[in-house]
Amino acid sequence: MRNDFIAKTLDETTRAIEQSIFANRYARVGGFLQRLDPRCKLVTFVCLLIITGLSQHIEILMALYGLTLILAIISGVSLGFFVKRVWIFIPIFTALIVLPAIFNVVTPGEPLLVLYTFTSPPSLGPFHLPPRITITTQGIAGAALLVMRVATSVSLAVLLVLTTEWIRLLKAMTVFRVPEVVILVLAMTYRYIHLFLRTVEAMLLAKRSRTISDTGIREAHGWIASRLGVLVGKSYGLSSEVHLAMLSRGWSENPRLMEDFTFGLLDCLWTGLTLGILITWIILR
Amino acid sequence: MKSPVYEISSLTYRYPGSDIALHSLDMVIQPGESVAILGANGSGKSTFLKLLDGLYFPTEGEIRAFQTPLSESTMRDKAFAHHFHARVGLVFQDPDVQLFLPTVWDEVAFAPLQLGRTREEVKETVSDCLEKLGITKLKDRAPYRLSEGEKKKVTLASILALDPEVWLMDEPTSSLDPKTQGWIIDFILELTERGKTVVTATHDLEIPYVAATSCYVLGENHTIVAQGPPREILENTSLLLEANLIHRHRHFHDAMAHAHAHRHWG
Repeated sequence: MRNDFIAKTLDETTRAIEQSIFANRYARVGGFLQRLDPRCKLVTFVCLLIITGLSQHIEILMALYGLTLILAIISGVSLGFFVKRVWIFIPIFTALIVLPAIFNVVTPGEPLLVLYTFTSPPSLGPFHLPPRITITTQGIAGAALLVMRVATSVSLAVLLVLTTEWIRLLKAMTVFRVPEVVILVLAMTYRYIHLFLRTVEAMLLAKRSRTISDTGIREAHGWIASRLGVLVGKSYGLSSEVHLAMLSRGWSENPRLMEDFTFGLLDCLWTGLTLGILITWIILR
Repeated sequence: MKSPVYEISSLTYRYPGSDIALHSLDMVIQPGESVAILGANGSGKSTFLKLLDGLYFPTEGEIRAFQTPLSESTMRDKAFAHHFHARVGLVFQDPDVQLFLPTVWDEVAFAPLQLGRTREEVKETVSDCLEKLGITKLKDRAPYRLSEGEKKKVTLASILALDPEVWLMDEPTSSLDPKTQGWIIDFILELTERGKTVVTATHDLEIPYVAATSCYVLGENHTIVAQGPPREILENTSLLLEANLIHRHRHFHDAMAHAHAHRHWG
């Protein structure tokens, strides 16, 4: 069917959101990171992310990346799944960006590999290309540093999200003085995304069950536009009803949330280790 | 004699820029009564419950709850609103409206937390409510992952956490399997046995038959077309036909199929 890609795109988007936001397969495993107090985990991971962002030495970044792999293993996260989830995005979002930086045109330095030699170097106005296009040692080092920094940062973020349920992560944000009303709004958004995903899925199935021939791309676009309108209408209606349900149960302008986090021995050990990493990094600087 | 929980006089409600939803309703609800509000879809039952819960306000007429008029100005008084919501609980028809938080535990804890109970009290209340309704095992689950029956139990637990004097229930048995429908009716009976006032809006005629002490029928003209003891109302076939609560349909008596106005209760 010619317009099958629209249905497939909607289908895949629904599935991708479902898997990335709602999968809590690893959050409920009794591993190391899952047993940490989410507040402690959030603060220490932010700390590690800052170290990763500011480090100028690839050795430190590699050590931190190694640490994320160890953490994944002791937290029961499948290493294959974890590595794939991180590295699948690196070529798309980072490697393409840093690619020009490895050439002497962008990063001058010692040539590592000569790619092309011009008989007469071309120039465009004030811009002149060098006589040889080479990959430079400095360019490779800079690119590797950036790729490693991104990979380590993404690994830390993925690990935090994989091993912590969304609601616990949101509640842990109170340590950064995030207002409770913001946390509640985020929590409710998370909850209703699921409902609307189900609605979109039901709309798609209902359409498929009544589609017996190719309806044409124009009609398919029209259908999507009309369903978007329906979804907006539904979400508006639902938001008013939810507000009434909140008022009915005593909602006020100052909402109260409650969490049952406990800071234990494991948290002390992990915080100590992170502090050790932080001090080592400061000394090395 | 105790004062009425609700005194409703000449109540009319019109949605802004829309048709009339309720017209000239009069009603008195006494403490401990179990009132069934019967009516077809669109007759104004859900709107009526929202008015009783102080979420909507009469266009004309008056609702007095616990001897105080329910109006925008009284509900703006935080102390009164706080006190009122602690005494009246509304179970919405659609659990997805009522269950807006990510876990069952959060959901049950929401009302006691908003009403200023201490952390220890909240923990104890939530644990008790979950246990009473047999849903302790669901406490860490997300409401959207539950079955319709489980969702309904969580909505009841979220109101039970308040232990209100008045329970307003909007179509409590709709979209549920027969076993859960029976469970809900037992739950309503238990509430009335505990002296709670229950107002149930429904078109399920089993509820007034089993669990109501008085009955009101809302007609398609959005006004009360009949009131009285449930059995008396339910025996009045022409009234139920007129209110679109029953209809003529084909059904079987042993092996013989025929059509007439037919009821399924009792």
